[in-house]
Amino acid sequence: MASALAHPGLIVIVAGLLLALLRGHARSIVALGAPLAALALVLSAPEGVLWRAEYLGLDIVPYAVDRLSRLFATVFAIMVFGGALFALGQKSRLELPAAYVYAGSAIGATLAGDLVTLFVFWELMAIGSTLVIWSAGTSRAWAASRRYLAVHLLGGVLLLAGVAGHVSATDSTLFTQFALDTPAHWLILAGFLVNAGAPPLSAWLPDAYPEASWSGTVFLSAFTTKTAVYVLLRGFPGAEILVWVGLFMVFYGIVYALLENDMRRILAYSIVNQVGFMVTGIGIGTEVALNGAAAHAFTHILYKALLLMSAGSVLYATGRRKCTDLGGLFRTMPLTAVCGGIGALAISSFPLTSGFVSKSMIAQAAVDQHLLWVYLALAAASAGVFLHAGIKFPWFVFFQRDSGLRPPEPPLNMRLAMLLFAALCVGLGVLYGPLYARLPYPVDYVPYTGAHVVVQLELLLFSGLAFFVMLPMLRRTLTITLDTDWLYRRLAPRLVHGLDRLLAMARAASRSFAHLLLSRLGAALHRHHGADGILARTWTTGGMALWVAILLAAYLVLYYA
Amino acid sequence: MDDHWLARASTIRLLWRVFIVVLAVTVLAEFAVDLHPHFAIEGVFGFGAWYGFLACAALIVAAKALGVLLKRPDRYYQEDERG
Repeated sequence: MASALAHPGLIVIVAGLLLALLRGHARSIVALGAPLAALALVLSAPEGVLWRAEYLGLDIVPYAVDRLSRLFATVFAIMVFGGALFALGQKSRLELPAAYVYAGSAIGATLAGDLVTLFVFWELMAIGSTLVIWSAGTSRAWAASRRYLAVHLLGGVLLLAGVAGHVSATDSTLFTQFALDTPAHWLILAGFLVNAGAPPLSAWLPDAYPEASWSGTVFLSAFTTKTAVYVLLRGFPGAEILVWVGLFMVFYGIVYALLENDMRRILAYSIVNQVGFMVTGIGIGTEVALNGAAAHAFTHILYKALLLMSAGSVLYATGRRKCTDLGGLFRTMPLTAVCGGIGALAISSFPLTSGFVSKSMIAQAAVDQHLLWVYLALAAASAGVFLHAGIKFPWFVFFQRDSGLRPPEPPLNMRLAMLLFAALCVGLGVLYGPLYARLPYPVDYVPYTGAHVVVQLELLLFSGLAFFVMLPMLRRTLTITLDTDWLYRRLAPRLVHGLDRLLAMARAASRSFAHLLLSRLGAALHRHHGADGILARTWTTGGMALWVAILLAAYLVLYYA
Repeated sequence: MDDHWLARASTIRLLWRVFIVVLAVTVLAEFAVDLHPHFAIEGVFGFGAWYGFLACAALIVAAKALGVLLKRPDRYYQEDERG
């Protein structure tokens, strides 16, 4: 019962606030101890509603545990530990505290039993993650963090509007499954999808994440999109629109990653791609599919963090991030290359890695539901993942031509973090029982059948063949690829700029018109009333006498008429 | 010019040969396992192999085509921020 008194998310948030004050060993101890304490709490918490209160007449459940929320909170706590181990040498005094507020809020969001608590943690995540990007300290990071925050505040507003509509219509704040029958529920879905990196706003992710520091991006990759996957799993399982949204994300991620030159932007696009697999699974909505989506979120957090740790190590050691500047690093960074390679195999769902035991469940669900086109799209995308992340990332960073760079391996704590996550990626791929046992529904699925392994190996290896055969078409160039963020980074500013110029012209025109008018008026007044004006002249006595005579004559005429 | 054994031309030739053998083995392995195809297309010989290859080729061509329209120099947005 004691464990119900301490909230795992709040522990991490409080630890983050403490970290801002600490230095040296005390900082390391708190940084590594807090996520372990949170993990222990998550694993030992009993199921059910643990905290309940009433606030402003609303039913608030800040702490509730079931199989789904425990699964996500578990992997979040593991992720905080690994990310902190990797980030111990980070010079920024802001980044780790911000990351802990962000991660603790993500844990809090997964353990929220009501929509009000969910919303509060949702917004705290946006603030924490913005500060993580900000703490990179570059002008590009500052600009990206403002765009990032704007998109997430928009998502938050959509969510809040939906929650308000739902609560006023049903009088219930509980976070349950929603049917897509009212505008309020569509708004909630839209708010969730913004954080998932779904179209049309997916550009926030590859725009902002790669601008964080070498350690910041590792944290960012884990929480926002996967919290969105969690709330979609809970709120909208089986909503068919998610199948199509998910498939769009899958192919969007592959195509944009293929065109990308920045190594961490490649990996950022592949987050959208991988979340697409999960969203598709949620849309299929059967127990196998939902298990697959949940399991894939779990394994994805670990291998994506591993990939970004290896990219972060390269950035740390070389200060470079573009594929055109890198290459041949395997010579002096063999451990980083091997760990990056393991992450690359896991994201590609290579047999004996964690990705294989999770992603294949989603494909199986499509087969079970006889969804031929969905199955074919997922199979093509599986091959495409190997193409854009599985080979492209390690090939261009660690192999291809020799860039002449001879950077050393990163410090011990960073190597240990990579080794830990590499071990988890392989371990979960081989001993998948403990993961399957924690999925939301009972699992009746065997990943390692001859057919699964052979077809997957064929897909991946021939994808590899396609990569090397078509390598000339994949040569890296110093380019970016336009995305929907062009609308608010280029078109909107230009429109505002154009409007501003138009207004300036109108202002200038009206000013010169008024000037002209006033000067004409002045000239007319001057002509009549000026020193030489007709009304200011001295008149002759004879003239005056004549005018008086005329006036008197007119008076006489008017009097007798 | 490069003395690392992994970067030598002879090693790369050897790796290509090993790779081609592995590719052949994975396709031939279809004879050894029960594929129990659910959809008719899955039962076509070497489905994973040719489908994987064609899917990737199509994705690369699609990306290339999109790139013609949407690629810009990587200082595209920075120029805005300066000006």
